[in-house]
Amino acid sequence: MADYEIPKVTGEDGLLDIPSLQPDAMKGHGPWISKPEFQEGMHYPTDFTMPEGVDNYGDADTLVENWKERALDKMADLKGRYRSFQVFLDICVKCGACTDKCHYYIGSSDPKNMPVARQDLLRKVYRRYFTFAGKFFGKIGMPGFVGAAELTEDVVKDWYNYYHQCSQCRRCSVFCPYGIDTAEISMAAREILDHIGMGQKYCTEIMGKVHKIGNNLGLPEGALADTLEGLEEDIFDETGVDVKLPLDKKGSDILLITPSADFFAEPHVDGLMGYAKVLHELGLDWTLSSYASEGANFGMFIGSYENMRKISLRIRKAAEDLGVKRIVFGECGHAWRVAYGFLNTLAGPFDFLDQNYPIPQHILEITEPALAAGKLNIDKSKNDDKVLTFHDSCNIARGSRMGDKPGGQFDLPRNVIRAVCNNFVDMPADTIHDATFCCGGGGGILTDDLMEIRVKGAQPRMEALKHVTEKHQVTHMAAICAICKSQFTKVIPYYGFSMDMIVSVHQLVSNAIFLTGQLSEEEIEAKEAAEEAEWAAAREKAAAEKAAKEAKAEDKK
Amino acid sequence: MVIGVIYAVLFWTATLVLVLGVANKIRIYARTPAPLKIPTTPAPVTQSGVVLRMMQEVFLFKSLFRADKLLWVLGMLFHYTMLIIVLRHFRYVQDPIWGVIQFVQPFGIYAGFLFILGLLGLMARRILIDRVRYITAPSDIAMLLLLILIGVSGLMMQFVSPTDIILVKAFFRGLITFDWQPLPADVPLLIHLGLVATLMLIFPISKLLHAPGIFFSPTRNQIDNPREKRHIAPWAAELEKQGKNYLDELD
Repeated sequence: MADYEIPKVTGEDGLLDIPSLQPDAMKGHGPWISKPEFQEGMHYPTDFTMPEGVDNYGDADTLVENWKERALDKMADLKGRYRSFQVFLDICVKCGACTDKCHYYIGSSDPKNMPVARQDLLRKVYRRYFTFAGKFFGKIGMPGFVGAAELTEDVVKDWYNYYHQCSQCRRCSVFCPYGIDTAEISMAAREILDHIGMGQKYCTEIMGKVHKIGNNLGLPEGALADTLEGLEEDIFDETGVDVKLPLDKKGSDILLITPSADFFAEPHVDGLMGYAKVLHELGLDWTLSSYASEGANFGMFIGSYENMRKISLRIRKAAEDLGVKRIVFGECGHAWRVAYGFLNTLAGPFDFLDQNYPIPQHILEITEPALAAGKLNIDKSKNDDKVLTFHDSCNIARGSRMGDKPGGQFDLPRNVIRAVCNNFVDMPADTIHDATFCCGGGGGILTDDLMEIRVKGAQPRMEALKHVTEKHQVTHMAAICAICKSQFTKVIPYYGFSMDMIVSVHQLVSNAIFLTGQLSEEEIEAKEAAEEAEWAAAREKAAAEKAAKEAKAEDKK
Repeated sequence: MVIGVIYAVLFWTATLVLVLGVANKIRIYARTPAPLKIPTTPAPVTQSGVVLRMMQEVFLFKSLFRADKLLWVLGMLFHYTMLIIVLRHFRYVQDPIWGVIQFVQPFGIYAGFLFILGLLGLMARRILIDRVRYITAPSDIAMLLLLILIGVSGLMMQFVSPTDIILVKAFFRGLITFDWQPLPADVPLLIHLGLVATLMLIFPISKLLHAPGIFFSPTRNQIDNPREKRHIAPWAAELEKQGKNYLDELD
């Protein structure tokens, strides 16, 4: 299946032993590099050429002119604009508290995947060029004494490789005594790399599509409308209820922003149908937008405030153009972090929206209270074929909130699952809530050219999952993030699980909800049988006509 | 007297560097914007909640407790014994001496031993645990050695070769009033004071900045209220004002 060893999981206590160091275990050329045409769309320098032959990798062959000077200029710029950058690079005492906290280190054993070591790739350059100690010891030829180092091509290669083995999940920052967040450093590093000809293709190509078309997939309005129509038919076939998934419906109350994966990927799409059913049942007037048809915002991954803001402004424009009163987000981890934490900053103030609702609001902030208030008709037994566990998505867990209280981001999804399922078991405490392990595919890593690190980075979560499947008969793991769902469905077969054990939270709601006017199973069966009979009759008729025609033709002969 | 002058100049310089250096860093940290709300959640939703969170980090090392129990014990031991020792040393500059300073005097001596024990433990981690060894720079070892030697030279004066502390006190009180006083020419004392001055000198240019720095850490000092209250950095507000997407397009 792969030319590297797939980590083993035992499921014993759900926690992995911390491996000893294997230097350079994940040394490599990193993901595919971004071509000048993609960089241009992102307003990054384009004065570099792709090398002949091997055109895709980050081997420092694409560096722009004067790259060193320009990299240092960008660092100086970031140092002045981001307090996190400067404070975090200054104050780390190298205590090592974070060294065993990163899923990529645990899964790969490469010491440069320890959070502090990953930061040090940038910190050593910062120390050399921006601190007294580094300049002084650099001048006397001993920069290493104070952990400083010259900026060389090898350093840049390490940046490119190892800053694309960080999913910016913030687990290290939970355990750091100073709250140092490697995500901030990795975002800054990618911003620097983008300015010296070493952008990552996956992120920039996708963002180019959002800038042009409105979503990560490059799905144009027509295709989107067709897809939504198809989903409406699916729901109708299944329930007999005419649940709409409106697109660009002016004057709606709610603009729903959801990751574009919800439009086509499994199990995402089942979640989307879940939102639609809930919103329909609550009598809410909502719409999707073809202009802002993407919840995810990859601008965060590459540390680009400017591009992140540009994408966020599409949402504002869509909300203004459609004249909505509320903005609601679907299940997506990074989308929710950007929405919850940054949208007001990037694209606010939203004084034209209804101030009685949170701006923006998470779909779970609608579903959970509705379930608690008994506004939805639920038959929990519809999910009795499953024993559920829940994967806390990193960006939701450690970078956002739901509801009024701190920690609501853990309670709301669990409350919803418990309200629609009879069987729920949590994974071990060190792997959930704010100690959750990233799925291994977040932060711009969800690309086939990074498969090895994705598989290895998933190991801690797989171990915890194995534990609950073996000790508590768990059959399914629910998630509320498009990336988690995509990453898991792709990666869990490597660990011997089946990909259909990953479900959307709103998929569970969708299974259990009984809509007003919904047909019972017998009625659906009868309806299907009637339709089937109709079809059969039509087929027979067509066959008879055909036979008659043929007979006629025969006669003519 | 020559020694007294040298050390007086050294301590005045060290104090100046420490105070101005740290003040400068604090000024820079305070002026540099944090453009986005990035508290590590769950985070407090009120200002008083943030103060409580920060106090728990500063006084109890709460996050570290979750991360690594052994390191937490060693870190607590080292930092709190250092606090007691520093308080104990106030008697060399105070007259009259405060009650609390008199109270800690006997504890200060035990603290000295525990201080060294804690530091030896921290040193052992740097040598024995492969992950910590990997991230250790020579300066990290040097800093631990510096602190250990400060402790050892201090205890030597207590137990091996006592120095004339009346003269020492006169010297330090003289520093406050810019009145040159001689310093006893005892080797442990001169080593002790030399190392302490070194520690003060490197404070603003080293990882010792973690002490003021933690208060500026956006993941710990921000209120979790981005939906309720709009947060925007001046440079980002400028983009908005001029209706531009990119910073290099600004007028």
